[in-house]
Amino acid sequence: MGHLKRTVPLAIAFIFGFGLIIQYFVPHPVSQRALGMTQRWVTIVGFVSLLLGIGSLFQSHWRKINAQVPGWGYSVVTLGVFLLTVAAGFHPKNDKPGGPLLWAFNNTYSPMSATMFSLLGFFIASAAFRAFRARSLEASLLLVTAVIVMLGQVPLGAHIPGASSFSAWILGVPLTAAKRALTLGIALGAIATALRIIFGIERSYLGGRE
Amino acid sequence: MIRAAAFVLLAATAATAQAPADFKVYDRPGDAGGVIIAEWKGLPGEEIPETARRIEYVISVSLSKDGEWKEIKRFPGTLQHKNEAPEIFGFSKSNETEHFIALKGLVPPPGGPWLGTGKSLPTWVKLEVISPAGTAIAGPLVAEAKPNWWAWNKTNVFVFILIFGVVTFWLISKARRNPNIFVRRIPGLDAMEEAIGRATEMGRPILYLNGLQSMESISTIASVSILGQISKRVASYDSQILVPCRDAVVLSVCQEVMREGFTAAGRPDKYREQDAWFITQEQFSYVASVDGLMIREKPAACLYMGYYYAESLLLAETGGATGAIQIAGTDSITQLPFFIACCDYTLIGEELYAASAYLSREPLQLGSLRSQDAGKIFIIATLFLGALTAAAGYPFVKHLLATF
Repeated sequence: MGHLKRTVPLAIAFIFGFGLIIQYFVPHPVSQRALGMTQRWVTIVGFVSLLLGIGSLFQSHWRKINAQVPGWGYSVVTLGVFLLTVAAGFHPKNDKPGGPLLWAFNNTYSPMSATMFSLLGFFIASAAFRAFRARSLEASLLLVTAVIVMLGQVPLGAHIPGASSFSAWILGVPLTAAKRALTLGIALGAIATALRIIFGIERSYLGGRE
Repeated sequence: MIRAAAFVLLAATAATAQAPADFKVYDRPGDAGGVIIAEWKGLPGEEIPETARRIEYVISVSLSKDGEWKEIKRFPGTLQHKNEAPEIFGFSKSNETEHFIALKGLVPPPGGPWLGTGKSLPTWVKLEVISPAGTAIAGPLVAEAKPNWWAWNKTNVFVFILIFGVVTFWLISKARRNPNIFVRRIPGLDAMEEAIGRATEMGRPILYLNGLQSMESISTIASVSILGQISKRVASYDSQILVPCRDAVVLSVCQEVMREGFTAAGRPDKYREQDAWFITQEQFSYVASVDGLMIREKPAACLYMGYYYAESLLLAETGGATGAIQIAGTDSITQLPFFIACCDYTLIGEELYAASAYLSREPLQLGSLRSQDAGKIFIIATLFLGALTAAAGYPFVKHLLATF
């Protein structure tokens, strides 16, 4: 059992991790086919695990309905809408415009999703208020820089001499330098983590060390 | 003056009416097959645009030397220089005066044994040069496209990974011999202990999110590794952790990691499988559900580890509004500012990958953190050297680091 839970996953991680690193450097069609095959496996595993996910969704909401925990009504709505959507998916008119699934998508999911996304506008304002309070030297610098960059992006900035070019300089030089530094650090971190996983040094994703 | 010089050079070319020198046809090196390269040196005087515009190159292919020729491309002498394709020809100075064309090797009709193999039939290639002086022909020459086993233009990446890997293992073996490794403090990770303690004192749960990417993402793997360490502490504090998931594979892994964490802390009875559950794969539906959970459950601590998109601010602002202590860790550069603005602590970029090693305090893992520092020193030195050599007019460091 220990072998199944530790050695086999570690061996799989090593073989596929090392194999896919090498694959990146091998352009031969055999290598491309191997990559395509593993990507298909990922899709298949993802689909099968989606069934697990649906099972988990049902379990979690059914438990709430059964125990009538506060807000259990939302769970009824979730499961009801889920079943309704599945039923709509089997409707014969789905391949035509105006089919029930597309109708439900366009008239319920899309507006609700857009509403959630639109909340960002308000949240950005409140986050900016907190971030730009000039309580320290760093926060003051952030505030000044943000004002300059914002002026460079709006039509008003075009009337202020130098605002647009200074804003472009901030975005193109210090900001790009910082972003590249972060990107390099992230890349090194990702390689180190990948090596730790491939060679079995990092095992916590399997549930800790024995 | 230039025009006069161009005419003199054209006249010299016309006098000889020769085909370009060094016409070569060969399989494209380091590719998946299917492509043939034809290359040749430009005619004398082509460096003057006026002259180059008056020269026309015509490339034709055939299945036999005396067979039917099919014109593939016709272009003036100002185009198709080898320096336009450094991924094939590198960065030699002579590339500026040499021409090339990448051709598809001829194959029988689709469905034959050639399909998907990268091989082609022997393909004859002919070059015609049309200038005011007349026409000259180079070739025909024959080549076969075939697949290759090594992408030579990626060798620099391979060498870097190899060196980085060797340095990593050397530092790990060093850490094995001397486990007292200094690792700088990461306040965000130190604060996790505080956050768990706070949640225990308040009798409220901890909310842990793994980001929006699936299990293939390295940041999700790093996040799940952190969850393993957090679960141990949550179990030992007898607190509760809630893990709503966006991906079903991540859910399965999280449940296993949490179970192992609780077991490792000696509290397997406290593990509840329902504390990690699947919500949906849809981005904003997931956010709506998690935001609702935050409002209802009022977690004492919200931990956002992994890769996030536009939802980062929606989550962090809602979490902030509930009064939770918030710690984020992401390698998503575009979302970092939002987390920094809204959270109490933020693990920036690579700190996310270091977190599991930092929390576990295992010398082997900490040793690998040192290799990241070694990599950074190497990159800083290379950038410095590259800038200096490029400024001096010798950009060989830049060329050495080019990726394709």
